[in-house]
Amino acid sequence: METYYKPEDLAKFGDIAEGNPELGRAFFSYYGKVFEDGALTAREKSLIALAVAHAIQCPYCIDAYANDALEKGSDLEQMTEAVHVATAIRGGASLVHGVQMLEHVKATMM
Amino acid sequence: MISLKVLSEELMPTTPGPNATTTSLRYRREPLAHPSVQLGALDALTLKGGREGAGRFELDLKASNWPTLTPATLDIFQINLGKLCNMTCRHCHVDSGPDRVRENMDRETVDACLRAIELSGAHTVDLTGGAPELNPNFEYLVEACVAQGKHVIDRCNLTILRVRRYRHLPKWMAERGVEVVCSLPHYRKLNTDAQRGKGTYVKSIEALRQLNAAGYGQGDPNRQLTLVSNPVGAFLPGNQATLEAEWKSALEANHGVTFDRLLALTNMPISRYLEWLLQKGLLETYMERLVNAFNPATIAGLMCRNTISVSWDGRLFDCDFNQQLELEVQVPGAARPHVKDFNLDLLMQRQIVTHRHCYGCTAGAGSSCGGQTA
Repeated sequence: METYYKPEDLAKFGDIAEGNPELGRAFFSYYGKVFEDGALTAREKSLIALAVAHAIQCPYCIDAYANDALEKGSDLEQMTEAVHVATAIRGGASLVHGVQMLEHVKATMM
Repeated sequence: MISLKVLSEELMPTTPGPNATTTSLRYRREPLAHPSVQLGALDALTLKGGREGAGRFELDLKASNWPTLTPATLDIFQINLGKLCNMTCRHCHVDSGPDRVRENMDRETVDACLRAIELSGAHTVDLTGGAPELNPNFEYLVEACVAQGKHVIDRCNLTILRVRRYRHLPKWMAERGVEVVCSLPHYRKLNTDAQRGKGTYVKSIEALRQLNAAGYGQGDPNRQLTLVSNPVGAFLPGNQATLEAEWKSALEANHGVTFDRLLALTNMPISRYLEWLLQKGLLETYMERLVNAFNPATIAGLMCRNTISVSWDGRLFDCDFNQQLELEVQVPGAARPHVKDFNLDLLMQRQIVTHRHCYGCTAGAGSSCGGQTA
């Protein structure tokens, strides 16, 4: 079946440099630096990446960071909590707009 | 043969696996219990990748400027005291368990080891198993090695220290400067129990507290407490230094437990871990991951280059993995060396025996009994 998302494309991520090697190098060097141990540990960054992957619903990123989080030493409970953080923020983002609706209703109704 | 009396009720209560009970391959009479079947399963895979693209370890060695893999100075004399264990971990490369009462080192072979240790010049004697403490000659052997001035390592599963008969060991080993290297795959319960059996985590933390109380894990070079972490699944271990920092802060914060260093080891695709990979349909994926992560920088520091591994019946191997696969050392001539005829010169002329499982030690940052090698 034809599909826009192909699992094998994940391994080809580096090929994107083909059209512009300079930008490609710059991006991947930056990307690598971002995930190094710093003020946050590599494991904490990996959990943030996992949560963001769910927020932006990127299947490539979910695959990559589910594996990376395990390698970095996280367990299922920690990873599930990270996904719930993404879920809470996404749900909260909808709900907080409800205040706009509420204000409108208050301004409009008797 | 170790008397069944040693296997008291207290030794048995670790119920392995959260979902299923793990028993040894040998106990279940699985064909995979045989090394030839394990090697056959690895050979049967078509692997692309590695430096030469064929997943053939000896070719990738050659392409990395190691035409032959030869020994360096012998530093470590490793003795596998036997296959008997109070636990039955899912990933065990020895296929150990409470049923393995037959394959355990007798006093005569222990004495032959002691003579060989003197001849070997090795500075460290590394005791493993099974649970090495279960061998009735354990304390005798440790005492004699300490008397020879050797650094002694006990590869401990932790839970054995909760068994009444062995509760004196933390203090006993501390008095003799024995380094305790113990398995704790994760600093949280979920993964630890999944790999090592339900209830293991709680007992392991209790055992670590005993070791701390005996002076272990507080920076004293004579009371070194080392943790070993293996991935709980089909992935590679993370950076050893990073994991050590995480493990240290988490164990101290959650349990007030301290330790000195952490070794991050890769799971070897043999024995029960191989069975698990086959059952999950993950063998090819895992082997590809190992082969693609082949790192020539790990080769010089591989344990097979500075270690001799002795089996319960006194045979000699390049490492404990080759021992479990029955791949004996190859010395010039047709001899099959035994520890009672220990000949260092002959052993130094050997060529290290390799096979596909060796990719487990050369992947990423490398993996050996002493941790990452690159």
